[in-house]
Amino acid sequence: MDALLLEYLPILVFLGIAGALTGVIVLSSFIVARQHPNVAKTSAYECGFDAFEDARHKFDVRFYLVAILFIIFDLEVAFLFPWAITLGKIGVFGFWSMMIFLAILTIGFIYEWKKGALEWE
Amino acid sequence: MIIQALAFYLFAAVTVASAVAVISVRNPVHSVLFLILAFFNSAGLFILLGAEFLAMILVVVYVGAVAVLFMFVVMMLDINFVELRQGFLQYLPIGALIGLILLVEILVMVGGWALSPEIASAVAAPTPAPETVTNTHALGELIYTRYVYLFQAAGIILLVAMIGAIVLTHRRRDGVRRQKVSEQIARRAEESATVRQVESGKGI
Repeated sequence: MDALLLEYLPILVFLGIAGALTGVIVLSSFIVARQHPNVAKTSAYECGFDAFEDARHKFDVRFYLVAILFIIFDLEVAFLFPWAITLGKIGVFGFWSMMIFLAILTIGFIYEWKKGALEWE
Repeated sequence: MIIQALAFYLFAAVTVASAVAVISVRNPVHSVLFLILAFFNSAGLFILLGAEFLAMILVVVYVGAVAVLFMFVVMMLDINFVELRQGFLQYLPIGALIGLILLVEILVMVGGWALSPEIASAVAAPTPAPETVTNTHALGELIYTRYVYLFQAAGIILLVAMIGAIVLTHRRRDGVRRQKVSEQIARRAEESATVRQVESGKGI
């Protein structure tokens, strides 16, 4: 356990450095720089135009569809990792177990392909 | 190890603080960002427990996909969130009730686990020491063989989620020119273009 955590110690050190550096940069820009905010300075900058509209307008539901399809195949890949490295131990049964899992998801993939859910239009 | 304890308290404190911020900040986009912070710190806690694979999956799946999905949902809803919050106290009793039921369930489960002696033999396989086998190996040896039915059930749940998302959100739009590769390739010059002899001084 300790050996495992020792491997992660550099990452923790980097996290600490990154956090401290970020804090220093943000805080020092607040402290050192002179600040005279006015309406023109603090407004959103959009290539020299006035901002056309509020950034918080409604998204199309198609983004949601793309995101949820991404999650599903993301999880499928997540299941593949432990399977790939233990394939030698779990044998034929483990292999076919994954093949059935992939086949189930392939049915869904064919369905979404035929439905045209992958096309943006 | 003092560093381990310090890291645990740091991650745990930030997790709890950001979880409180998720339900208390006014702007729902900020609340999703605090959720991402909570996920990251939970990943840190998983690493401290020695569950590397779960930590990485938490970052890849939850931060990379689920939080993005939440962000889309938040952006998709056209609700005035300030107005929504005004009824917060009104829903507090039922929220507290659900929280209490969950707490009782957890207590019952943990209590039963602590009391019954045969539970140790009911566990499929003891967790191997991290020095001998990695976390990912240990999971892989169990998921696909011992827990095969649960694994296939997970696949079917994913299939249902996929079909459900398509049925609920996908619709054909009219007046869209879509690309049909096979038809475009199958087109021939004779079908689409004709050569006409035009007399001089006259149009077609």
